[in-house]
Order: sequence, then C-alpha cells, then structure tokens
Amino acid sequence: MNEERDDAQETTDTIDIWIAGTEETQFSPTDEGAQEISDHESDSRLDEQFGRVVTDDYLFDDEVSDDERMIVNMGPQHPSTHGVLRLQIELEGEIIRRTKPIIGYLHTGMEKTAEQLTFGQGPTNVTRMDYLAPLHCELAYSLAVERLLGVEVPERAKAIRVLMTELNRVASHLVALATNGMDIGAVSMMIYGFRERESILAFFEKTTGLRMNHNYIRPGGVAADLPAGWKDDVGDILENLPGRIQQYDDLLQNNPIWLSRTKGVGVISGDEATAFGITGPALRAAGVDWDLRRAFPYSGIEQYEFDVPVGEHGDVYDRYRVRVDEIHESLKIVEQVMDSMPKGDYRVDDRKVTPPPRARIDESMEALIHHFKLFTEGFKVPPGETYVAIESPRGELGCYLVSDGQAKPYRMHTRAPSFANLQALPIAMGDSLMADTVATIASMDPVMGDVDR
Amino acid sequence: MTELHPVLADLFDGLEAAVVEDSHGQVVVRLDPSDWRSFAEAAKSAGFEVCVDVTAVDWMRQRPERFEVIANLLSMEHKLRLRMITALGRVDPRVDSLVPLWPGANFAEREVFDMFGIEFEGHPDLTRILMPDDWDGHPLRKDFGVGGVPVQFKASHQVD
Repeated sequence: MNEERDDAQETTDTIDIWIAGTEETQFSPTDEGAQEISDHESDSRLDEQFGRVVTDDYLFDDEVSDDERMIVNMGPQHPSTHGVLRLQIELEGEIIRRTKPIIGYLHTGMEKTAEQLTFGQGPTNVTRMDYLAPLHCELAYSLAVERLLGVEVPERAKAIRVLMTELNRVASHLVALATNGMDIGAVSMMIYGFRERESILAFFEKTTGLRMNHNYIRPGGVAADLPAGWKDDVGDILENLPGRIQQYDDLLQNNPIWLSRTKGVGVISGDEATAFGITGPALRAAGVDWDLRRAFPYSGIEQYEFDVPVGEHGDVYDRYRVRVDEIHESLKIVEQVMDSMPKGDYRVDDRKVTPPPRARIDESMEALIHHFKLFTEGFKVPPGETYVAIESPRGELGCYLVSDGQAKPYRMHTRAPSFANLQALPIAMGDSLMADTVATIASMDPVMGDVDR
Repeated sequence: MTELHPVLADLFDGLEAAVVEDSHGQVVVRLDPSDWRSFAEAAKSAGFEVCVDVTAVDWMRQRPERFEVIANLLSMEHKLRLRMITALGRVDPRVDSLVPLWPGANFAEREVFDMFGIEFEGHPDLTRILMPDDWDGHPLRKDFGVGGVPVQFKASHQVD
C-alpha cells in the first residue's frame, strides 16, 4: 500500500517538473490506417464485424480487465422488451458477453388462483395468462378437464375450437410481426400488423363478446354458437389477409436494412433449441420439424391439410419467415374448417357439465336444479392427473391438471412456452452486438403474461 | 394397460423400484427419489431429448409423503411422452437436479423451488424466479393462505 503511494507521489513529482518536449511520450502514435476496414478483409470476418454472423464461442478472457466490462440493466420498463422483462447484460465494449433474464414482475399467482376457482370458472383465469393467445390457453385447460371427466365434445364444438384457435394464431403472429418490425425500425409494420389483427379481433368480439380474455372455450364445448353470418366475416378475413400479408412480406423481403438486421442475428441451433426446451416457431426456424398439431393432434385438427414451415438457420430472419408462412397455413386450415363445418350442438349434451339451455329452465325443475348446481357448486371431476399440450403461437402450451374429486382443481400448472423460450436468450444473444438485442427478443416473441403467470 | 412402446418397454426393463402407471392414456413412472437422476439419464439416452417441464404438487395431510415432483419428458424422435413422478417428505424436501442433463429444466426447477421450497441438488443457480428475493414462504404450498399479504397503504394526509 505504502509502496503504491510512493509510486504515485513520484509520478506527481515527475509531472510537476514535466516540460513539453523534454520527455519521451508514453503513448505510441495513433495508426490512422488501423481504424479502416481494409478491402482484403475476408468475407467471414466482415460478417462478424457487421454482426451478421454470431459465433457462440464465449470464453472467459482473463486478459480483459474489469474496467472494460460493463453491466447494463435493460428493463423492466423498456418499450422494446415486450412487457416487463429485465435483462442484465454484461458488455465488453459493444459485444454482449453474458445475459441474465430476470422475470417475475408480472407474477400474479394464477396457478394459486386456479385452485380457488371451480373447473367451470377456470377458463376466465387461464385466458389471462397468454393475453395474445387467450383461446389457446382456454383450449389447453378445457381439454385437460375433459380428459379427466372422460367427456367427448361434439364435432361442431371441435371444429369451432380449431377455427377460433387458428384465427387466434394468425392474430398473435401479426402482433409478433408488428412488434418485431417496430423494434428493428420498420415502424410502418406496427401499424399494418395491428390493423390486420383488428379484423380478426372484430370477429372474436362478435362471437365471444370480448376482444381479449374471451372465456369462450369451456370444458364441455364452447360458450356460444357462431353468430349469424359468421361465414361472411371469416370469408372477408380469408379474402383480405393473404394479399395484405404478401404486401408486407414484399415490403420487408426486399428491404436491405431489414435483411441485414435479421439475417444471421440471434442464432439458435437445433440442438440448443431441443436442449433448452424451446418450442414453436423458434424451434422450427432452427430446422426441427416439430409441430404438436402433427405429432399429437388435438380437437380433430388432424383432418385438415396444412404444411409445417421449417427454417434453416435459426436466426431472427428464419423465425420471421416461419411466422409469415404459418399465417398462410393457419388461414388454409380456417378455410377448410369453414367449408366443412359440421352441424350439431356446440357443447356436450351432458347436464352435469354444461348448463341447460335458458328456455328449459322455465319448463323443467330438473334443468333448474342443474343450472343452480352448476353455477353455485360447479361439477365434480374424478380424481386423477393429466397433462395436455397444444401448439400455441409461441410453442408447447401445456396444462398439468390434478383433481382430488372436488369441484375445484387440486393443482393446475401451465407449461408456458414463453417461459421456456426465454431461457434461450443468453445463447441467442451471446457474443452478439448490443444493437441486436431488441431484434432477438422480439423474434422470440415472449408474452410476459405467459412467462410470469 | 395398453401395450407399451418398445422404447419405453426397454427403458422400464430391469427397473424394480419403479411403478409404471397409465394415467388417461399417458405413461407415468413413479420413482424413488434416489433413482430420479439415474432414470433421467437412462431416459435421455433412450431418446427423450427434451425435458418439457418440471413441476410439483403439495399433498399436505392427504398423503404420507407431502410433495410430488413431476418431470415431463418428450421424445421427438419416437413421438412419445413420459412423465416421471417422485414423492418427497415434508422435512427438507430435496431431489437431484435435471439441469445437467437438460439445461431447459433450469427455469422450471427454479420455479418449483420458489413456489414449493423443494431444493434441487446440483442446480447451478437455485434462486427465486417469480417471487421477490426477500419473500417469506412458498406460495403454492397448501398452507400458504390466499390473500395473506397485507396491502400496504400509506397514511394519507389529514384534511381539516
């Protein structure tokens, strides 16, 4: 300690007597040429410098002193982190070395709440989890309850469920495109994406009464039949959307800024994706052909024809590409459902599960009793446990449901796709540029309501 | 119980302490906590390349062993699902972590630790994930009351 001080004292003394030009300078002269990018630089090196190619080979370099590292807190109140996501990013200059996602800012204890609500009230709770894909949450929950009950819903209810969830997938992907565009700087995408989504939300409002948080898909079927003239509304959507999405696609496809900001950025390989339990478009963009609608079909989705778009490089561009293609595939399913909508009841004709029609209550004492029992006590579900997973716009949305024979779930756990996908951020962002952070986050499309529940 | 898939039949072959059940058409294997990690390793080498989820159930005063830890495995290659379940006692519940096998179990195990207080041995960063770091108790335990948090209001200024 003393020696150091002596050294410092000496330096000060030296400076005190320093006269310009009498001493040798400590610094080597700046080599101006070194700051230019030389033309004989290899293409792969240039790609790395521009951030087009990201190599995930982070090694802790002891030679870099702590002074050159900096920890930056991003969020939770940051417009481009899609809700209240907080990232702690360790930077070395402009390069991200380590990332830690910190979540929980939107935790509302929905799994605990589910234990207080009856099975019939459950969908009102789960629909608020992934607020961009509420119908998928309701479907996963309802399928789990129905499996424990041993109830098979009518064909029409299944078709309505597929119709609504596939439209919901389109709406959700449109938001993903819109926010992805805005985060990278294509602000017009924000307006276009939300405008097209609006046409789907208008149809949802007509059918379910609400634009979001519908509580439409319930154990035993759906809450109401499709409204009169629904074919015209869906037909309009089918007529307008593909052309417009093609327009936006053309807009971005040929945009050099869009391409250079998305290609080779935020790369996740197929092996990394499976190891980290990543599902949905992010997995398919990495080249893994895995879609739960194909592997474990639910709600009669296997009778419709559709392709599963698969990417190649697992970068931001491929994830965007997969989403655009999935919109077209979902619209294909919607069209087939519309043309082949079966006739019949939209909910199961089991008065222990679904309430009787309103008119029956005036005529039948038994109907009145059923109605009263269903809305005060709810229906009891036999003891057991099950796990049901469906393909939500973000990946595998699972519902693990445990019943102990009462009218309320003993335990309800949701396997949230965004929660698992967030784990991949440190890999996707490692050794990439700080400026690519928002592009990578947006391409994973996390919904914080889904992450924190 | 229906015929087991050959991959599963091979996996269960030679397991003595485990109970294999059929739960609504899904294969469930109930294991001793000491077999948790070794069975997971065997499952991974049998082709279960994804650990979809880890969760828990609190069976307070309903079963002799209070906690159940559940891991959902998925084999994309064979299109198979498998659920591993183990029961843990009330005092100091702990089980081996699956993170060394599947890094994707990281967040899920942190959530179980946060919500149930079950510890995972060998987890690289077992900290609270959803609740604040200074939170008292584990919310999804059955003895954790609902609405037990006093809402903090500041005393308002007196208006004369």
